[in-house]
Amino acid sequence: MTGPRTIIQKIWQNQAIERPGKPDLLYIDLHFVHEVSSPQAFDGLRDTGRPVRRPELTMATEDHNVPTDTLLLNDPVSRLQVETLRRNCEEFGIELKRLGEAGQGIVHIIGPETGLTQPGMTIVCGDSHTSTHGALGALAFGIGTSEVEHVLATQTLPQTKPKTMAVTVTGRLPEGVASKDLALALIAQVGTGGGQGHIVEYRGEAIRALSIEARMSLCNMSIEWGARAGLVAPDETTFDYLRGRPYAPTGEDWEAAVDGWRQLASDEGAVFDREVTIDASTLSPFVTWGTNPGQGVPLDDSVPDPAEIGDPEEREAAARALAYMGLEPNTRMRDIAVDTVFIGSCTNSRIEDLRIAADVLRGRSIADGLRLLVVPGSMRVKQQAEDEHLDDVFLAAGAQWRGAGCSMCLGMNPDVVGPRERTASTSNRNFEGRQGPGARTHLVSPAVAAATAVTGRLTSPADLPERSRTESRWS
Amino acid sequence: MQPFTVHTGVGVPLRLSNVDTDQILPSKYLKRVTRSGYEDALFAAWRQSPDFVLNDAAFAGASVLVTGPDFGTGSSREVAVWALQDYGFRAVIAPRFGDIFRTNAGKSGLVAVELAEPLVLRLWELLDASPGSSLTVDLERNVVEAGNDFTEPFTLDEYTRWRLLNGLDDIAITLESEGDIAVFEQQRSPLKPRVGSRR
Repeated sequence: MTGPRTIIQKIWQNQAIERPGKPDLLYIDLHFVHEVSSPQAFDGLRDTGRPVRRPELTMATEDHNVPTDTLLLNDPVSRLQVETLRRNCEEFGIELKRLGEAGQGIVHIIGPETGLTQPGMTIVCGDSHTSTHGALGALAFGIGTSEVEHVLATQTLPQTKPKTMAVTVTGRLPEGVASKDLALALIAQVGTGGGQGHIVEYRGEAIRALSIEARMSLCNMSIEWGARAGLVAPDETTFDYLRGRPYAPTGEDWEAAVDGWRQLASDEGAVFDREVTIDASTLSPFVTWGTNPGQGVPLDDSVPDPAEIGDPEEREAAARALAYMGLEPNTRMRDIAVDTVFIGSCTNSRIEDLRIAADVLRGRSIADGLRLLVVPGSMRVKQQAEDEHLDDVFLAAGAQWRGAGCSMCLGMNPDVVGPRERTASTSNRNFEGRQGPGARTHLVSPAVAAATAVTGRLTSPADLPERSRTESRWS
Repeated sequence: MQPFTVHTGVGVPLRLSNVDTDQILPSKYLKRVTRSGYEDALFAAWRQSPDFVLNDAAFAGASVLVTGPDFGTGSSREVAVWALQDYGFRAVIAPRFGDIFRTNAGKSGLVAVELAEPLVLRLWELLDASPGSSLTVDLERNVVEAGNDFTEPFTLDEYTRWRLLNGLDDIAITLESEGDIAVFEQQRSPLKPRVGSRR
């Protein structure tokens, strides 16, 4: 292919092995494995006598079903799944980060923080939020268990060429508006199927201004509007983030790597199959009211009235969502009271997220009777937070400070939300039953989550009364 | 994988959009390490309601699910596909699928048929008018047939269609290119990280 190319086409061309009459094989640079989507894949290898082709391009961790308040796997079904992963990694020679170890954490947190995730790489994992790694300019996407087995056996995946999309975010996000708010606003605009079949490049002034961790929250949510993957072209922010991390190249190798990474950005004039533009300066904190991530509104707004929705299918979906959520039409979002607040998940459990939450909670207390879980995404994040004494802030405010894992995001470990219990959550999905059977989820940013914990109602930090001077200073 | 050529079976209308994989297979069933036996887990939360369409005796033995747009969005869990198959489904018809779900279906032998929304609406009306009636998904001719006056074409990517028709193992096909993969690996940048090599 000649002429200007997108970053997506460049990475594709670098990684594709062409086969006549069949889809390209995409060579996979890095494969993350966890306990939930891998056991049947390893069984498949054993059944067919196939080895893992490149164990050194494979990294495993325990994150989805592990508890965050103990190192004991008390649930026998979860324990069997984790022990199965341990046996499989031992048998096939794969490095595993076990519960409680220093390197353990959510798969999409540990890749970037160790520098394993680098620009231009192809990265897969049996988890739909693998798009998180796109924040560093990698082409990263989630796969199913059959594909996990395929990558273990061949280090490749048959892939048809994707369609490309540019999401251009102009202007700057206003103070107090996070990339999570941008993601929720984008999904509300384009719908949960809006990106289906596409790989997305997020670009524009607002994206350039985001930190790598904020870019991760945005790329993480790509799957929630149907995109196969989302990425941001590497820039100086990317190089500054990676420099000095354990797996980052050093010395001359670093210079050579950065030279290569600079070539990845989409060429001037490169054409995308679709383009979407959003003006960041018009955005404000965003929250969901329904049971899919596209059912959201600005915090300033109210629960919509299904009777006023024109499209019959959307109207029916909204009515069904309100019945599940136990919400009345036209209720102000700020009047919605919650029982639980969850700060964590691969969307928002990095050190910046915890600093933002701690800034809101410092010198304040959570509302009476409310439960606040703060769950760092990895043991490294936990250590960093404790070095900065953020744990003291959370504990003083009345929060629970936990170990690393997926925790309350997905209802498959001991951290669950009860039936009809309402939660403000920094995670990525508000599906029916996602955080536990009957649980009612409102997706929010870390800042809104922390402020909500203080008042017990959906709240932004700007709504909170001023703290006294002594309360608000850094401890 | 069992080949799929032509399948005729009872169709069941699931009149919902955005049926995510957490609904198809709630996460508590994700803790198992087995490849089969998930029929009890399929739509487990919704099946507790007597009004749920799969609890309607008129659709007993259904093997073709006809549902709304964005079916199988969300989590990558392939167990959602296996649960549909374990329950007895051979094909799902919807206007649009989640990408990972559609890929998983193709790997496991469940046929994901995309039909435009008006056609799905017509199928829903047909199935509601005569519950228990059959649909045919013909992968050899790429058509869906129902009753006397519904014959509509669909497209499936040629590679997946070929594998499904012949019940072929995707990994074995890829390993036919082992030589090309090895050549690629020799030319791959040595700067890329290897797990365990960190400073």
